[in-house]
Amino acid sequence: MLKRLFKAAAIATSASFLAVAAQAADVIKIGQVAPKSGPLAGGAAVTQWPNVELWSKQVNAAGGLNVGGKKMMVEIIEYDDKTNPGEHIKAAQRLAEVDKVDFIIAPYGTGFNLAAAPIYAKYNYPHIGVSAISDKMPELTARYDNLFFTLGNTTSFTDSVIDILKDMRDAGTIGNRVAMGNVADAFGIELAEAARPKIKEAGFDIVYDKSYPLGTPDLSPIIKGAKDSNPDAFVAWSYPPDTFGLTEQAIIQDLNVKMYYTAVATCFPAFKGKFGSKIEGVFGAGGVNQESSKIQEYFKAHKEITGKEADGWASANTYVSMQILGQAIEGAGTLDRKTVTQYIKDNTFDTIMGPISFENQISNKYWTVGQWQDGKFRGVKSSQMDGAAPIVAKDGWN
Amino acid sequence: MDIIITGLLLGGTYALIAFGLNMQYGVARIMNLANGEFLVLGALAAFWIFVADSISPILTMLIVAPLAFFGNWVIYKALLMPLVRRAKNKGQLEVDSILATFGMSFALVGIMVSIHGEYFTYSYLAEPFEIVGETFALNRIVAFCFAVLIGVALWLWLFFTRPGMAMRAVSVSTEASGLVGINVQKMSALAFALGGAVTTMGGTLISTFITLDASVGVIFTMKALIIIIMGGVGDIRGAIVAALILGLVETTVARLIDPGLTLAAAYAIFVLVLLFRPQGLFGRKPT
Repeated sequence: MLKRLFKAAAIATSASFLAVAAQAADVIKIGQVAPKSGPLAGGAAVTQWPNVELWSKQVNAAGGLNVGGKKMMVEIIEYDDKTNPGEHIKAAQRLAEVDKVDFIIAPYGTGFNLAAAPIYAKYNYPHIGVSAISDKMPELTARYDNLFFTLGNTTSFTDSVIDILKDMRDAGTIGNRVAMGNVADAFGIELAEAARPKIKEAGFDIVYDKSYPLGTPDLSPIIKGAKDSNPDAFVAWSYPPDTFGLTEQAIIQDLNVKMYYTAVATCFPAFKGKFGSKIEGVFGAGGVNQESSKIQEYFKAHKEITGKEADGWASANTYVSMQILGQAIEGAGTLDRKTVTQYIKDNTFDTIMGPISFENQISNKYWTVGQWQDGKFRGVKSSQMDGAAPIVAKDGWN
Repeated sequence: MDIIITGLLLGGTYALIAFGLNMQYGVARIMNLANGEFLVLGALAAFWIFVADSISPILTMLIVAPLAFFGNWVIYKALLMPLVRRAKNKGQLEVDSILATFGMSFALVGIMVSIHGEYFTYSYLAEPFEIVGETFALNRIVAFCFAVLIGVALWLWLFFTRPGMAMRAVSVSTEASGLVGINVQKMSALAFALGGAVTTMGGTLISTFITLDASVGVIFTMKALIIIIMGGVGDIRGAIVAALILGLVETTVARLIDPGLTLAAAYAIFVLVLLFRPQGLFGRKPT
């Protein structure tokens, strides 16, 4: 009796193994390592993870990807890198060796894209980097054949801000006095150092120029210091917690400038949620074409499927990177990673941000500066994007 | 004047961060590395309830405090009591409690990430408030007032009531206070629970002016550690003085020298205190 039971059980298990094996063949495994905890988790929860969910659900709802005539569903395998590059490398290795994923979605954060580039290159995964901004992109793409960049470089971000300063000075809205602050962290320092000489070159006086450590609990000294210097414009190369903190203090201290810019997270829905109508006219890194029907459709789907609002910048780029990956797999008609990488290099992709192609593995279509106008974060400066909104002067904090 | 008031306000914030750990470490002898997570938990509650029902964080604080008190009491009884029982000496309890609460901090971060992985940010009393012609944030002033209230209440309780005296006795020596008939275990549990409640209250107040996220707790734990070591472990007056010194020094440096040097200045003070008074400002020399 017992023997028979064992036999039945054995048959049942082997049958289920077969079923799993058959199923596995119809699934494209895609790995994603990004922060769910640690300092970058708050940003990834807005920009990265919802898009992974959105894209995979949409692909599967449409019956999967068409790979050489066979419809294959996508399965996402997620790991938390704890905002720790070491953890990220370990998890990436695990994706490649243990889970044997077919493709990966690029990491979140500049440092992580750079740190993980060698390991993804080792396994030939096409690595379509999004949230990575650096001036070293050409060097990196020359070294890593599989690495792509889509969100722009440091220079274009600082140049666009300076363009806005010049535009506003030419229009007579502001004078020459610029107050500048930056978070003392790789990102803030790089942008401040790139911007400083160029702002001076453009004929502006930098009347206040200070950095503050990441996680500074009270930013009122910065705003008070800037206010005392009586500036026409305020520019801060800031990170999410300080973008919120600086703006709150600017409102309280009534920092009366016609041009106010904070960098990362200005485009987050939470920024508007916190400050409401007071942020009218605030500039921030990023931007999106709010009038584009494809973007509107994407925003709607994002809200419906993930229950969250997309941000006004890299959310769309992140989604686009997955669109590109999906279209490249379908276009190449294979799961062979080298073929798919080559396909990405050779073709133009139809995305929610319009047609995108790569030149030396770098896409030059992205937004650099956006502005809150009538409760929407609209792109005002870009590299090769259509639909930029005209800039307006900030008129108090109401 | 502006610098002094801004510094005092920041010091009040720091005091809120440090009160709880001071009780937990000073009296219950639990080096609670999950202290910052409890603070963030308070912030999450305030944020969540404010966004859902626009209920004032002050009200949330009053609801959250007894919950946190009870929760911490249960944690002490269920998770930390076994460690206290088996620890042969103070050193072993410290090591064990560090490991246990370190683990607990991960669990708490995980829970909070699953509730709300994004930034906890909302606007409450973010209004200008004028004192002698200078403008300050109203939410910081409110938090400062509560910090004063909590600090004074704790001080009065510790120094002018019998249970308070018993608690101070436990903080001096668990053995001796046991000998004179103080229920050391009960006092320790009470101190741990009270510390947890105060930390969580601090979190709800701090969330009105600092943007937090689920993973940020460890920063507050570190700050609290610096403050209580500077002030002297287990002495509430020390924590208050150390917090105010830190707040004033950081603000002065930020305004007069460079905001980039605030951390360096804070650690310089810390090192100076350790060099000249290793037991902390109000600490007793080990006998």
